[in-house]
Amino acid sequence: MNRDDFPMLKNNVYYFDNGATTLKPKEVIASTVDYYENYSGNAHRGDYDISLKVDNVYENVREKVRAFINAEDASEIIFTSGATQSINMVVNGFFKHNLKKGDEVLITKAEHASLALPWFVLEKEIGIVIKYIELTNDMEVTLDNVKKSITNRTKVIALAHVTNVMGDIRPIKEISKYAHANNIYVVVDGAQSIPHIKCDVKDLDIDFLAFSAHKMLGPTGVGVLYGKYELLDKVIPTNVGGGMNTIFTSLNEYNLKGLPWRLEAGTPNIAGVIGFGSAIDYINKIGIDSISKHCAELKRYAVSKLSNLNNIDVYNPNTEGSIIAFNVRNIFSQDTAIYLNKHKICVRAGNHCAKLLKESLGINNTCRISFYLYNTKEEIDYLIKVLDNENILEESL
Amino acid sequence: MDNNLKRSIILENYSNPFNKGLIDDPNYEKVNMNNESCIDNIDIMINIDNNTIKDIRFDGEACAISTSATSIMLKELIGKNIKDALYIIEQYENMIEERKYDDAVLGEAIVYNEIYKQPNRKKCALLPANGIKKILKNYVI
Ligand SMILES: Cc1ncc(COP(=O)(O)O)c(C=O)c1O
Repeated sequence: MNRDDFPMLKNNVYYFDNGATTLKPKEVIASTVDYYENYSGNAHRGDYDISLKVDNVYENVREKVRAFINAEDASEIIFTSGATQSINMVVNGFFKHNLKKGDEVLITKAEHASLALPWFVLEKEIGIVIKYIELTNDMEVTLDNVKKSITNRTKVIALAHVTNVMGDIRPIKEISKYAHANNIYVVVDGAQSIPHIKCDVKDLDIDFLAFSAHKMLGPTGVGVLYGKYELLDKVIPTNVGGGMNTIFTSLNEYNLKGLPWRLEAGTPNIAGVIGFGSAIDYINKIGIDSISKHCAELKRYAVSKLSNLNNIDVYNPNTEGSIIAFNVRNIFSQDTAIYLNKHKICVRAGNHCAKLLKESLGINNTCRISFYLYNTKEEIDYLIKVLDNENILEESL
Repeated sequence: MDNNLKRSIILENYSNPFNKGLIDDPNYEKVNMNNESCIDNIDIMINIDNNTIKDIRFDGEACAISTSATSIMLKELIGKNIKDALYIIEQYENMIEERKYDDAVLGEAIVYNEIYKQPNRKKCALLPANGIKKILKNYVI
């Protein structure tokens, strides 16, 4: 799909690390450059035309994000530096003040460090208790297992919509329904899902959602925290400063602005947000459903080709997300990745920041292929040809 | 040394690493080297007596370069006194980092003399040296 739109692809690389970050289309690069070249100014500050334009464009992106995830109101969209910051803001700005010792937070062992660690820290700080929803043999989450993990002290369920190692899609809608019936908050890490599948926060009834622009064709350093207005309004700013107050005096009187600005202290990543807007336009032009379909088809194709090779173990052939976790038999994942690198193929090796997963999966490290809209079957054919080799270890040296 | 020979020395040390497997012995000092920039994870234990390295053992999950480099490094260092061992490690680091080095003391470790051509492998090759140095440094007065 539209490979000419992606300047990076001219560099003769086979890029299969989209779970880590995606390539940027010309439009995204151009809109960022356009800001720096033609209307560089701060937001919410000046009384001159350029500054006003910045305001308009910046707030217009907020509206694009709102529409993209079908939030009720644009003030529920907070721009952050990425999913990691979004999750930290929720945990430290909201849950730290609304949970108490002994309250239970349910996560899973397949979560990314950015979803797991903020809770670990909170456990140390205020004595909440982290519990793990049991995963199926395929490392998936079922509503039944969620129900089994809930006790009368469970206050939060926090999990990825799509995981970044196995690529399974969690039944968020069912989980939310059950959770809310039991007065449990639902925090969703959308870093891997928002780029790939239609996500309607109202339909899924999510309380808080975090995601990153750079995994969906946008610039690095921009992310989103979505929260239902009445909850987001209770998030205590962990960052205070300019742009988020209405008044402060030397008597230590101050007043903070309303949402969304209260949670965006300081000069934001204006260029990044503007580029993010172009990324959303680009995705909308193609259609998120077409992207899902394309990536799912690539995954099916790659899994079937990989299964024809007798030296490959695929750990997640059946998950719906377009991620493939595999190893070349008897070869350490990093050696495989370095071998592939010699053939201009980019894949990631390791535990993919999901260091608890080995406790369930029993495998420490894998190679990960993750597709996006510009990947093709021809690229997969090339990958298969390169993997069909008995001397991978030798040639990795 | 020609490339095929280098390769086969590396592979031999990867497939049959020297002194792999930890033991329970209070005379050893232990260090975990969890490579911060990659995914290798190696434990190293050293027995030092009378300023001399009596024994070194290791275990862990790591790539072919880290594992083989550890195996080779162990063989070169056992029996040396602390000062000589640190000298060897320094020459090894110089080699990996493309600085001037004294190749006379490196023995089999010379197989990594072109690893700089693969920058993403340098950190793997340096892993055992960093770990062993951590322990030896405590013995330098
Ligand atoms: C599932 C998941 N959550 C969170 C993150 C963190 O995203 P970022 O590093 O952009 O903050 C990632 C990125 O790797 C991810 O895959």
